[in-house]
Amino acid sequence: MSAPNEFAARHVGPRGDDVASMLEVLGYQSLDSFIDAVVPESVRMRRPLALPPGRGENAVIATMRELTDQNEVFRSYLGLGYSNCDVPAVIKRNILENPGWYTAYTPYQAEIAQGRLEALLNFQTMVSDLTALPVANSSLLDEGTAAAEAMAMTMAVAKHMGEGTPVYLVDSACHPQTIAVVATRAVARGIEVRVDDPANFDFGEGVAGCLVQYPATDGAVRDYAPLCARAHEAGALVTVATDLLALALLAPPGEWGADVAVGNSQRFGVPLGYGGPHAAFFATKDEYKRHIPGRIIGVSRDAEGNPALRMALQTREQHIRRDKATSNVCTAQVLLAVMASMYAVYHGPEGIRTIATRVHRRTVQLARGLRALGCQIEHEHFFDTICVLVGAARQRQIMDEAASRRINLRALGRDRIVVALDETVRERDVSEVVACFANPQQTIPALVDQRSIAPHSIIPDVLVRESEYLTHPVFARHRSETEMLRYMRGLEAKDLSLTAAMIPLGSCTMKLNATTEMLPVSWPKLAGIHPFAPRSQTTGYLELFHRLEADLCEITGFAAVSLQPNAGSQGEFAGLLTIQAYHRSRGDDHRDVCLIPVSAHGTNPASAVMAGMRVVVVSSDAKGNIDVEDLRAKANAHAEQLAALMVTYPSTHGVFEGSIREICDIVHQHGGQVYMDGANMNAQVGLCSPGDLGADVCHLNLHKTFCIPHGGGGPGMGPIGVAAHLAPFLPDHPLVPLGHARAEGTVSAAPWGSASILPISWIYIQLMGAEGLTYATKIAILSANYIAKRLSGEYDLLYSGTHGLVAHECILDTRPFKQSAGVDVEDIAKRLIDYGFHPPTVSFPVPGTLMVEPTESESKEELDRFVDALLAIRGEIREVEIGVTSREDNVLRRAPHTLAQVVADDWDRPYSRERAAFPAPGLRVRKVWPTVARIDNMYGDRNLVCSCPPVEAYE
Amino acid sequence: MDIPDNLRYSSEHEWLAPAGKTAKVGITGYAAEHIGDIVFVELPKIGSEVTAGSSFGVIEAVKSVSELFAPVSGKVVAINERVAKEPELVSADPYGAGWLIEVELSNDGEMSALKDSAGYRDLLATLPE
Repeated sequence: MSAPNEFAARHVGPRGDDVASMLEVLGYQSLDSFIDAVVPESVRMRRPLALPPGRGENAVIATMRELTDQNEVFRSYLGLGYSNCDVPAVIKRNILENPGWYTAYTPYQAEIAQGRLEALLNFQTMVSDLTALPVANSSLLDEGTAAAEAMAMTMAVAKHMGEGTPVYLVDSACHPQTIAVVATRAVARGIEVRVDDPANFDFGEGVAGCLVQYPATDGAVRDYAPLCARAHEAGALVTVATDLLALALLAPPGEWGADVAVGNSQRFGVPLGYGGPHAAFFATKDEYKRHIPGRIIGVSRDAEGNPALRMALQTREQHIRRDKATSNVCTAQVLLAVMASMYAVYHGPEGIRTIATRVHRRTVQLARGLRALGCQIEHEHFFDTICVLVGAARQRQIMDEAASRRINLRALGRDRIVVALDETVRERDVSEVVACFANPQQTIPALVDQRSIAPHSIIPDVLVRESEYLTHPVFARHRSETEMLRYMRGLEAKDLSLTAAMIPLGSCTMKLNATTEMLPVSWPKLAGIHPFAPRSQTTGYLELFHRLEADLCEITGFAAVSLQPNAGSQGEFAGLLTIQAYHRSRGDDHRDVCLIPVSAHGTNPASAVMAGMRVVVVSSDAKGNIDVEDLRAKANAHAEQLAALMVTYPSTHGVFEGSIREICDIVHQHGGQVYMDGANMNAQVGLCSPGDLGADVCHLNLHKTFCIPHGGGGPGMGPIGVAAHLAPFLPDHPLVPLGHARAEGTVSAAPWGSASILPISWIYIQLMGAEGLTYATKIAILSANYIAKRLSGEYDLLYSGTHGLVAHECILDTRPFKQSAGVDVEDIAKRLIDYGFHPPTVSFPVPGTLMVEPTESESKEELDRFVDALLAIRGEIREVEIGVTSREDNVLRRAPHTLAQVVADDWDRPYSRERAAFPAPGLRVRKVWPTVARIDNMYGDRNLVCSCPPVEAYE
Repeated sequence: MDIPDNLRYSSEHEWLAPAGKTAKVGITGYAAEHIGDIVFVELPKIGSEVTAGSSFGVIEAVKSVSELFAPVSGKVVAINERVAKEPELVSADPYGAGWLIEVELSNDGEMSALKDSAGYRDLLATLPE
């Protein structure tokens, strides 16, 4: 019963004899007989995965190195929202490459997440300062989707839209990928997008708002104040896609009337990574703060009245609003937002201004050098990007000359070349770019001395920034590397990550993110490539995508994969669009009903609405399974309009439903397609597959099943697999055509989403091999059942499948304790923090319950420690039940306990300090202390504060 | 459960207090109790039109978001500004200081579709605690 290869034995927690004793507890002789009892025969795949056997870590890394060496890193001046930058080494090593930051999860439990919450609050403050808009969120997936979210918010809040089709105006000088993502989203929602020069924008009947780019994609810096005035007069909103570094010198959007600012924070110290991951930002006016998409960090207070941070306005999240949601965004880009905020902490306001000024001066140097050659620069005003009119004949020659010098320039139209500079450009680089534009006969002019160039010489007076930014002391205090290091380490120490204890979040799958899998992420030949670099320079990446797609096809039983969706929610949206395109290709334009089980994750209905579908809910039976008769009745009733069913497998209740094939058949018989939510794919790998079960599309959360770490709340990756008939309809890209002939559009800004983290999943598959992957699935299921079994009798298991067994997670019904002891699920979760654990998922999918998912990577010792903690807590509940302890004032209701509380001179509680802080053996030597007491969510939501409070507030 | 006799009720748990041509609207004690800790109330602009059965605003609690459905059609002539600053008023005093909007009725006939206190009490008897 031991692991099939060396790496699988590292990845999987329980040793061989542990597996035997866990099986014994459950009453099974062998792992296979146990799995046979859990997974119904009717859903089993019964063939081994056609993948090679697992290989050692050194061998796989060597192959990865060979692939990577095929990439070529040219000097990039492509711009388009992606810039080279100098990643401060202290940030790279201590955040990007540090499991203390990258293995944390979304900060659902704020008391053990104050470190990254503070870093995210710094991010929000930085964005808010630089854009001069008071409320910012804690990041979105990319600039394109942020712009699409701004459009959705505009539709929700704009006044006087009138009847008829709503209209959204888009600046033709926006980045092309942004226009494509916005247009894709608009079509699905029945919004008409008109792309034009902003000078021609007509805010007539039905126009809800507009999107402009500042500076524009060709570098032009224009004054949009008059445009804002016209828009506002008509009741329309103005969104500005912008660049944080430019805003260090340019008048910020909030000062000239913009309602929303979006953009990419990548150039604040985050590698290009061939497209991502990066953190996009979104900021708006105070009046729209309750309509902001994504996650917002807010300031509240704890039970002691001290300031404490937490995610605000969680009710806005789609898991509550479901089909009323205006957005399906779940994941943010926490790790990257943290990096960008630390870049601002590291450089401070003068440092950022110095960098911006240097970039601007070099751009002026370049423009003057090109003028001296006789080139015509198209726009009078610019920041870091210039558009050179070269004529059709010269365009090709200059591009070739640049390529021969290993330089990437952007050809725009037939007669122009755009050059975008960044902080890494030196004077000799400027000379070399000038040289690309010279005729063979011309001598290359000497550059003007950059010190002679005024700091904002080419910016119109009205657009020179006068206001201050980054004035909060956090952006001044940590400027020596010693202070910087200690600041980041200090924040990290406040948070519970996988480096400290298991994170048994049901439906979130916090398995091992092995170091070997992570190594390539910061390799220069992966990290240093612009997403729109010519394909001839990225053959290593392309080969990696090809191999990963093939492996994912084999695992899912599908014919094709799109790596574009940047998160599970985006995968859902992309998958539904693919289904709709397929229906339309067959003349079934009217199919728009999406059946969704009541137990589905809340993003499912939100995504369906975004894709322009109508949601019809299918009920569950008493055991929590899909009610097949209700499904049949609803498929029948909507047979003419049925577009799709969205179904999670195993179910969100953590059960392998035996009826899944029948369910897929019913939907197909009525002309619909089956969308499988792959959130729980980690329970399927090697045992069954979506394609084999009858699904047509499935998204994969690579950050769950395939080991991409969750970075404290992002990045994610949500590629979709599809059956052959849907392959032509997969997403495409306007700048990097992907050959999907009948694509429905573009869902991410970059063609392959967050390309630089895809090696993580590929390496995991190579290391594990077919047998290792299947073994991991089996142990994940075994571990969940082991926990459920050991807790039985003390906690009620809410749902189970055949033989009383669960899949890879289990739901503990803690609702009865509310009546018996006045203890609710929140009290149990917070008390687990005192025991040194991250609580399981709270109140999803069933309110008032805990959903536990251990994964295969936790050792039996850790599983036992966790079970022992839950059993001890059950004992504490019992003391209340039998009247030994007060219902109102007890160790559960007042959890978690901070160090400051238990060492305070005053202690007036009816239990001892020791019991509060060290309720289990071992905690004296190993414990993550919560740094704040229980947080008051209500206070924070009523008094929303989303940027750094003055320092006095902490004193 | 407090269900004042002088009010009319919708099956969406809104109450209506007619006073001549206008009527105040709020949510019932039952609704307030079920929504929980209210953190924000979004109300329409004065002068806007509301339609019976359609959403006119949103109530956000820590753990839920609920639409507010207009019991009658008409023009909004007043909104409760205090509730915007102190949303807890809706929970504390749903029939008094926690009122939401005042509507100038455009269709008197809609009033008769609403329940009296006895009818609303009967409705609650059919619902889970």
